[in-house]
Parts: sequence; C-alpha cells; structure tokens
Amino acid sequence: MSTAEHAETNRRDFLYIATGSVAAVGAALAVWPFVNQMNPDASVLALASVEVDLAPIAEGQEITIKWRGNPVFIRHRLAAEIEAANKVAVTDLKDPLARNANLPESDQATDANRVVGGKEQYLVMMGVCTHLGCVPIGNEGEYAVVEGNVKHGGWFCPCHGSMYDTAGRIRKGPAPENLAVPQYAYLSDTKIRIG
Amino acid sequence: MSGHASNYQPKSAFAKWFHERLPIMDMVQGQALDFPTPKNLNYFWTFGGILAVMLVIQIITGVVLVMHYTPHVDMAFNSVEHIMRDVNSGWMLRYMHANGASMFFIAVYIHMFRGMYYGSYKAPREVLWMIGVLIYLIMMATAFMGYVLPWGQMSFWGAKVITNLFSAIPFIGDSITTLLWGGYSVDNPTLNRFFSLHYLLPFVLAGLVGLHIWALHVVGNNNPTGVSVKSAQDTVPFSPYYTVKDAFAIVIFLMFYAAWVFFSPNYLGHAINYQEANPLVTPAHIVPEWYYLPFYAILRAIPDKLGGVIAMFGSILILFALPWLDTSKVRSGNYRPIFKQFFWLFVINCIILGFAGSGAPDNYFLSHEAAPPDQWALTYKLVGQISTAYYFAHFLVILPLLGLLETPKPLPASISDAVLAKSHPSTAHVPAE
Amino acid sequence: MNVLKTLAIAAAGLVLSLGAAHAEGQKTAKDISFSFEWPFGHFDRAQLQRGYKVYKEVCSNCHSMHQMSFRNLSQPGGPEFSDEQVKALAAGYQVQDGPNNDGDMFERPGLPSDRFPSPFANEQAARAANGGAYPPDLSLITKSRPGWYGTINQLINGIGGPQYVYSVLTGYTPDDQMTEELKKEQPEGKYHNPYFANGHWIGMPPPLSEGAVTFDDGTPATVDEMARDVSAFLAWTAEPKMEERKRTGFMVLIFLGVLALLLYLSKKKVWSDVH
Repeated sequence: MSTAEHAETNRRDFLYIATGSVAAVGAALAVWPFVNQMNPDASVLALASVEVDLAPIAEGQEITIKWRGNPVFIRHRLAAEIEAANKVAVTDLKDPLARNANLPESDQATDANRVVGGKEQYLVMMGVCTHLGCVPIGNEGEYAVVEGNVKHGGWFCPCHGSMYDTAGRIRKGPAPENLAVPQYAYLSDTKIRIG
Repeated sequence: MSGHASNYQPKSAFAKWFHERLPIMDMVQGQALDFPTPKNLNYFWTFGGILAVMLVIQIITGVVLVMHYTPHVDMAFNSVEHIMRDVNSGWMLRYMHANGASMFFIAVYIHMFRGMYYGSYKAPREVLWMIGVLIYLIMMATAFMGYVLPWGQMSFWGAKVITNLFSAIPFIGDSITTLLWGGYSVDNPTLNRFFSLHYLLPFVLAGLVGLHIWALHVVGNNNPTGVSVKSAQDTVPFSPYYTVKDAFAIVIFLMFYAAWVFFSPNYLGHAINYQEANPLVTPAHIVPEWYYLPFYAILRAIPDKLGGVIAMFGSILILFALPWLDTSKVRSGNYRPIFKQFFWLFVINCIILGFAGSGAPDNYFLSHEAAPPDQWALTYKLVGQISTAYYFAHFLVILPLLGLLETPKPLPASISDAVLAKSHPSTAHVPAE
Repeated sequence: MNVLKTLAIAAAGLVLSLGAAHAEGQKTAKDISFSFEWPFGHFDRAQLQRGYKVYKEVCSNCHSMHQMSFRNLSQPGGPEFSDEQVKALAAGYQVQDGPNNDGDMFERPGLPSDRFPSPFANEQAARAANGGAYPPDLSLITKSRPGWYGTINQLINGIGGPQYVYSVLTGYTPDDQMTEELKKEQPEGKYHNPYFANGHWIGMPPPLSEGAVTFDDGTPATVDEMARDVSAFLAWTAEPKMEERKRTGFMVLIFLGVLALLLYLSKKKVWSDVH
C-alpha cells in the first residue's frame, strides 16, 4: 500500500477503534448499576449496627439478640466458667485460632482472645454453629461447668452433636471452627455496639 | 431458511467442531452480517433496531426491579417507594422502566407509520405486517398490566375501567370479568396475576420478534422506493453498513430517552399515581397512559358500552386487514401523491384522537370547562366521534378507493437507479414498465 | 405533500400548546421559584433544614410521613444533618417496638433506622380526630398534586407540586375578604382556599402563623418563608435522589453525545464508498 493509503487506513481504523472502545467503556459503566442493585440497600445497611445494654444481664445469664439476620449470644459468665476456659491448653483445642473479628486472624484461641477490652465476664459470639448453621443450645454439652445438677455455660448443637466449651470453642463434633466473635466495641462499661 | 446462504467458514478447530453440532455462527453470518440489504434505506428503517434494544432494556430493568418489588396490595406501593429511595440506583432503574415503556411506544408508532407510508404491509409482506400487529397488541397488554403494579390511584382505577369493559360482552361478560378479577373487583388476586403475566409476555414478545425477523428475511426488506431488489447492485451487506447506522440511530434515541429519565421522569405519567390506590375514592379524571389515548377516545365515542368496546378493538384489528384494504399496486407513498396527503391527514387525525381521549368527554375540547348539556358544543366527545369516523373511513373507504382512482408517479427501474438519480439529478431516469 | 406534512406538525404543536387551564375550580398555583428547579437546580441545605423544622413542629401533628426514616436526614442530597444530630432527633421520639419476652409491645427511644412516627395509629383515627377529613401523608405530596395543567406548560415548568403546597399554605382567604355569600356557603369546620385541589373548602385550618417556628439559623419565620421552606423540604421528601439524578443525567448525556459523534463519523466513513 502507498503511504497515503496507509495513512487513510490508520485514520479509519483509529476512528473505529476509538468508537468501539468508547462503546465498550459505556457498556461497562452501564452494567455496574444493574449489578450493584443487588448489593445491600440503604435500609439493610441501616440495621447493620445494633447497640446492646449489658446491665440487665445478671451473672450466669445469657441473652440472644438478632443482628444482621443471625442470633448473637451475649453471656455474662460466672467466674467458674472463665476459670474452666483458662485451664485448657490451646494445643488441646480442635480449632486453635481465636476467630475474633476484633483481633488479627492468626491470634490464638486463649480465653482472653475470645473477649474484647479485657472484659472477660462478657462473652459475645454468633449463635451459629460453624458446621452447617444451626443455633446451638446453651448451658448444655460436656464442656459446661456443672454445679450440683445445674449446668453453666457450654453449648451443644442438636443438629449433629457439636460441643462448644465455656469460651465458645469447638471441642467435639463435626464443627470445624470456634463460634465466631463479631466486631463489637464498648461504648461504656455496660453498653456495646455490635457491627 | 431465508433464501440467503452464508459463506461462513469456521476458522479454528473448535469452531469447526461446534459448527458441525450447532451452526449458529453460520446463521449469524448469513442473517445478520452478510445479509443483503437495500442500500437506500433511510433513518425510518432504524426503528426496528431501536425497538429491539428497548425490549432488551425493558426486560433487564424489569428483572432487576422484580428483585425488590412485592406484588401484594398492602405492600406494592411501598415496595416501589423502597426501590426509589433505598435500593442502590433503584430510582434510575424504576425511571428507566417507566419511561422505557413510553419510548417503546414512540418507537413502535414511528415504525408502524413507516410501514403504512412505504407500503411495507403489501405483498409479499402481509404475514410480516400481521406478526407486527400481534406484537403491538401484546405490547399494549403488557404495558397495561405493568402500569397496575405500582398500585397507585391510576393503576387501580385504570385497571377497574378496562377490566369492566369485558362485562359488556353479552351473556358471558360478567363471568369473564369475574374470572379476570379473581374476585368481585380489582384486588389482590388481580394484582398477582397481572404481575405473573407482565413478567411472561415480554418473553412471548421476544419470540414473536424472532418470527417477525424471520418473516422479514424470507422476503427481504422493503425500501423507500417500494421497488423490489433486482440485483446485488441494489444491496449492501447488513454489516458494517447498517450495523453502524443502526448503532448511531440507537445512541441518538438513547439520548432522547436519557433526557426523559434524568430530567423529566414523571411528565409522561400521571401525578395521581403517586397516591396509593383507594378503592373507595375515584379520581376526578381517569386517563390511561398517553399511548392508549386514541383508543380511549374511540371507546368513548360510541354511546353504547358494547359498541364502544367493539369499536376500540376493531380499530386495532382492522390493521390486520390493511394489506387487502389498500388496493394500490404501488407500494411507496413517495410515488403516490394523493395517498401521501391522505397519509398525513391520517397522522393528524391520530394526534387529534389522542387529545380527544385526554379530557372529560363533556368538557370543551382542550379546556377544563364543562359544556352545557343539550346544546351543540365542540366537546372532547364530539371531536372524538368525528375523528373515530375518519379513522375508520381512512381504512374502509379512502384506501380502497385510492388504489383504484389514483395515478401514481412513474417508478424508478431499480433501487440503484433511484440512488443514482438522487446523487446525479441530471441523469434522466428510465420509467418502469 | 409538504403542505400537509407541515400542517401535521403545526397541528401537533398548536394543540400541545393549548390547554394551560386548570382542574375544576382549582386556582392555578402561584409560580414561585425554587433553587432546585431546572436541570442545574439543587436543594438549598439550609432551606431543607428549616423546612424540616416546620414539618416537625407544625405539620407532623396531623400529617404522617411514612416513607421517611430519620437516617434519610443525614444522607447526601438532603438537609444533610450530621449523624449525631440525626441520632439526637430520633432519640427525641418514643417509638413502639416489640413484642418483648412477655408478649407486650413497649416504647423505646427512636433510632436513626426508624421511620418518622405517625401522629395517628391509622387512617380511621386520623379522620376521627379531624372531623372526617384525612390529613394526607406528606411523603409524596409534591409529586401527586399538580399546581397547574397544560401539555407544554407542564413539560417546561414541571407539575408545580411544591408551588401547589406553597399556594395552599399561603392562599387562605382572610376573614376580611370573605364575602357574605361565601360566609353563608361555608361548611362547618372548613376554610376557604381557592388553591385547594378538591374544591374551595379545605378541612385544614391555616396552619402557619407569623413566628410559629424559631429557625436555628435566625431566618425570620414569616408565613411566606415557612411556606417556601416546608414546600422545598416536601419536594425533597418526594424525591430524595433528585440531585443524584440530575448529576448522573449530565454525565450520561455527555457520554452518549460523544459516542453519537463517533458513531456518526464512523457511519459516514463506512458509507463513503456507497454514496
């Protein structure tokens, strides 16, 4: 091809390439809102945080609240439960990691790492068994602290028999991980915000 | 399948393997890329592509809206407001869908008027035309049901008025209406079934569009001269000539669409539909969406309820008969000087019909003032009646007579001749035999 | 043929430009201007905040606003109160929640995620407290009440919803202008207002009076000011995404314009060998 034809082709191709690119960019920009509309909407995001008053929870008592559609166990532990949890060596645990969203992922599952702010009397965890998602039953299982004929702490999952100890760590059964500790922070000594 | 073989050659081993099992690339190349298309098509021919794009846009926006909509009388209105306020880009999706319907109808009316002007309904394109009218009918049903879904005042009352029409049918009318309603009036069962059908029909439309294009490809496109393709000289391959022209026209149309969606999104609708439906309070003026207004005028023009219904449906059904009502052997209005004038009169009449449908029947035309009864007055109703009479006269009297009485202008020998004559007007053109 | 084509277009144009009339009896709304009108318009934050105060202290005693949540007050494009302000505003209300573990409903302080509380439990209670008339929910009032009519008029000037609200609020016929005839016609518990969409007698007594609200920014609370501000606020509650809509619209149109130009040039190039 002569130089003139070459230039002509290049100019023509450039136009077509430019048009095609602009159209492609436009298509990509146009697709995004259609995908993004499936992301959580403003009303869902508004319920993403919940504040809980801990004062009404007496020692040895537990409440369950709903957060982001799931149950959250908030337990005011007895000293005996904390002691029992501390006695266990991390190497004996089925899952050695803390699973605490407020701490680095690699942290060990010591009892201290299962709580936040050094307040070991309050245990806040997702009430969702890490096996297949059932809600474990509290004050049950082999790892509860027994006083007379009353069990304190520990959880037992009725679906497939997983058992969690007084710090919510998996000890027996098919569940692979300790019960997850969600992101939460103390707003005061007796108030937390989850999420 | 459509009289045009493709010269598709699979380029890779995978392409060859696939081609032996499902020759889809062959079909695409033959029907979309290489398809010989008359080289003189004007921009009125881009509306088919525009319509296809609008159908896709309506389906996509519709599917994502359904992810957030609740089809229950107690929750529908609020779910639409939830979409407008909370769903990411929800306001945009909703406005696109609502205004998209209006754009769809603007495009379809231009597309239909193009067909009427250039004689695209004449042999051998009668079936193509009739599939088109069927598509139009289903579009109207789909849009009607869709408008009910937000469950505003106009949604409810429009549904009530139109479903009540069926009770005009003798003997079985009331049973049919009860069947449609699923109860004793428009209520939750009605809303739910409209939702189901509104989701279904666009896919029926997509299938019909496939048939429409198939029918088109068997006979080939019409063109502004109405003279059939005589040789390959008269055509160009669809791609790149018409792909780029259609793309340009589509983007211009999208700009028009965007202007509505982003700067005047509620103009084409009714303010009262932002009030939740109340079965106990009838709005002062029940009006359908603008694209139904001519038919609404026809409905109201006939004093008898059943007569009005028959006239209204008749005004659409008569379109099926158009290929046989127009007796002229010449296709294109460009070569039919008298027909041309009557065509524009018909267009003006349709616009007047639209306005006739927009106001209270007993008000003076284009005013909110009621005319005194028992006195001759130019009311919406009277204008509607005159325009309705003219509408039917156009099809039943004018078109048949024109074909017999009109002397058409001499046709060009071929499309190429016509194109040449346009660019070199000094060249004397040879009259067709 | 050109004559008829021109006639067709002219007919359309003529017919479209007529019809600037109004619904039976409703006086055309006063056409005051708002900052958010036209493609480049946007809300005035201070005005929206004042408008909210008028709604909160005057209107919300009878009118619900079901579509609004407190959190909307801090989202971009609206009054843009701070998160702390919104938390405080919400906490100032008692909101029903429950049932608790005893099965009872209880009251608790409002949260940003709560909807604006309604003054009445349901429509029937609202009617009973207002002589049979229902104070409509105000969330969408400026999109559902045209201030004027006319095909071209509404295309250019909008439907005049905020102007309708302003006109009703400021359009009551003062006592000294009520003729004897009108006084004789006056139904029990109704007031004369020619701007009202449903006849000239409105069940709502004139809600605004000089100084009824004290604005935090010191703007004098004349009836005119309060009416403007609350109308602007109601325009926002009806369309909280308006600013985002216009912004996005510009970008879309400019982008499509560029693409259209490129496609046009491409089309011309492709067709150059045919023409």
